Amino acid sequence: MDKFNTLTGIAAPMPLVNIDTDMIIPKQFLKTIKRSGLGKNLFDEMRYTQDGAEIADFVLNQPAYRNAEIIVAGDNFGCGSSREHAPWALLDFGIRCVISTSFADIFFNNCFKNGILPIVMPQEVVDILMADARKGANARMTVDLEAQTVTTSDGQSFGFEVDSFRKHCLLNGLDDIGLTLEKAAAIDTFEASAAQARPWV
Amino acid sequence: MSPKTLYDKIWDAHVVDTQDDGTGLLYIDRHLVHEVTSPQAFEGLRMAGRKVRAPEKTIAVPDHNVPTTLDRDDPATMTEDSRIQVAALDKNAKDFGINYYPVSDIRQGIVHIVGPEQGWTLPGMTVVCGDSHTATHGAFGALAHGIGTSEVEHVLATQTLIQKKSKNMKVEITGKLRPGVTAKDITLSVIGATGTAGGTGYVIEYMGEAIRDLSMEGRMTVCNMAIEGGARAGLIAPDEKTFAYVQGRPHAPKGAQWEAALNWWKTLKSDDDAHWDKVVTLKGEDIAPVVTWGTSPEDVLPITGVVPSPEDFKGGKVEAAARSLDYMGLKPGTKLTDIKIDTVFIGSCTNGRIEDLRAAAAILKGKKVAEGMRAMVVPGSGLVRAQAEEEGLAQIFIDAGFEWRLAGCSMCLAMNPDQLQPGERCAATSNRNFEGRQGRGGRTHLMSPAMAAAAAVTGHLTDVREMMAETV
Repeated sequence: MDKFNTLTGIAAPMPLVNIDTDMIIPKQFLKTIKRSGLGKNLFDEMRYTQDGAEIADFVLNQPAYRNAEIIVAGDNFGCGSSREHAPWALLDFGIRCVISTSFADIFFNNCFKNGILPIVMPQEVVDILMADARKGANARMTVDLEAQTVTTSDGQSFGFEVDSFRKHCLLNGLDDIGLTLEKAAAIDTFEASAAQARPWV
Repeated sequence: MSPKTLYDKIWDAHVVDTQDDGTGLLYIDRHLVHEVTSPQAFEGLRMAGRKVRAPEKTIAVPDHNVPTTLDRDDPATMTEDSRIQVAALDKNAKDFGINYYPVSDIRQGIVHIVGPEQGWTLPGMTVVCGDSHTATHGAFGALAHGIGTSEVEHVLATQTLIQKKSKNMKVEITGKLRPGVTAKDITLSVIGATGTAGGTGYVIEYMGEAIRDLSMEGRMTVCNMAIEGGARAGLIAPDEKTFAYVQGRPHAPKGAQWEAALNWWKTLKSDDDAHWDKVVTLKGEDIAPVVTWGTSPEDVLPITGVVPSPEDFKGGKVEAAARSLDYMGLKPGTKLTDIKIDTVFIGSCTNGRIEDLRAAAAILKGKKVAEGMRAMVVPGSGLVRAQAEEEGLAQIFIDAGFEWRLAGCSMCLAMNPDQLQPGERCAATSNRNFEGRQGRGGRTHLMSPAMAAAAAVTGHLTDVREMMAETV
């Protein structure tokens, strides 16, 4: 997993609420057995017509946002299916940070496993960031994970919360499995005592 | 000891380790696996030279891609990429030595139907699967939720999951349900009341007389859609109905172990004075048969209602509602019962169990589907299908003009050939009405199996209570 420290980039405004994982990556692209290559199909049915032509007014097709690295989104981003193909597609497109008032739980977890930082901000801050994102390619937003701040193109800075463990993993690009395997002895002990207490499991 | 919720009790019984910031390492009792969200996880194990830590607690079944037509033994019924994905699960199950129900096995079916049916799912367990509808298993008083593929790999390698504890939410359904009102109407009505983010950050425990009165099948329907309300998991405390359902299933404990298990299971309920961070109460008698009109599961209305207008909403939902109405091809003010449909899908992990098929068949007995209607029943497992055939339900469906299919996820998410064409409109017993969910441009109205059966007969969304009056 790539480390996440600071990111300065173009933010795409997507004010629609309840953007679900079926929208982010439709099911026909879940038949892959790889993690890579999904970026071209990110938001496929919003981004392309049935015959594959780009839909000009979709935000990521607009010249200003084709290289967006941040999405500022409406409430409850990433709801629906647990498909990790959603963060894989975002990452493959080049998105490293999503900002919203709320995220669906599984999507939120999946982001951290892939070096994407999901940031929860109150509505009034999301409104300001959305307005900043609407300014286009010349307005670059900065996300600083260490300092836990998002700074708009005109220098307004807002703090955000992030779990210390998740922050540590993102900053250092750490693999969860490696960390957990360091606790193998504790898992062994738990398993042995659980086998006594609940032998039917 | 401070009072605890059921969620607290299951959590506490499974914590391996807690970090200073409260992040827990949770032991996983059952890991269910399907072909779509697992290939990258197994590949990750191979690349790191890791094994599956507890293959005996890991259960795999292909369900999302598999065709449900009777000729599915013919490889030509699957696209190349679907075939590769199913073949990858076949190989991974064999290479890593995990429990497996291949397509050819009569026990194959939707992973969330197979788990309980085979007795893998038991009260007080932690159950995960790379699938959001894992919430289904909460009906047994098991802490069950969906995970992503990286977490699938983590559970395969370590039999644990890194988790932050959720808050506790109580959803109480008091009193009795009225005739024609089902578990599906309860769960949709709760989402209609709380919104699709109403449960975000919480584990829900469903309680109250109307929940106690539900069968295990109905309880699974309720918990299945906890995720649609944003909750990590839904739970229902186990009781005599739960124990009766579990007893005698292939992987349920037996003999002295059954007695020991039962003793513990009986303690699995929230303490009377437990703390709830959020409480939602609905009166059972206020719940009507409902349908969805839009493209979010929160877009729920009683069947007696009319299509809303974007101006009925506030904030970001105004734009979302306008977009939904455009996508659904609906005009505000239209009576819901005037909405014509051309497709009916009865099945899915939400409503693909025997009781669901009984409810639909009770409406369809002696009737025919409307002219031009494409109607299909996709049983949730091969065993549900066999039971429905034995009970004579299959013949009722066939006589009514339904296709009688083999088990799989089918048109719930349309990863197999069962898809809607653009503009087609479906009465569906599944769980998501998202844009494109059942096929690009397809329009989905969610409802109960009885309501879907009624719509199949009339050709439009229908209040099942009127048809029940006719039958009597």
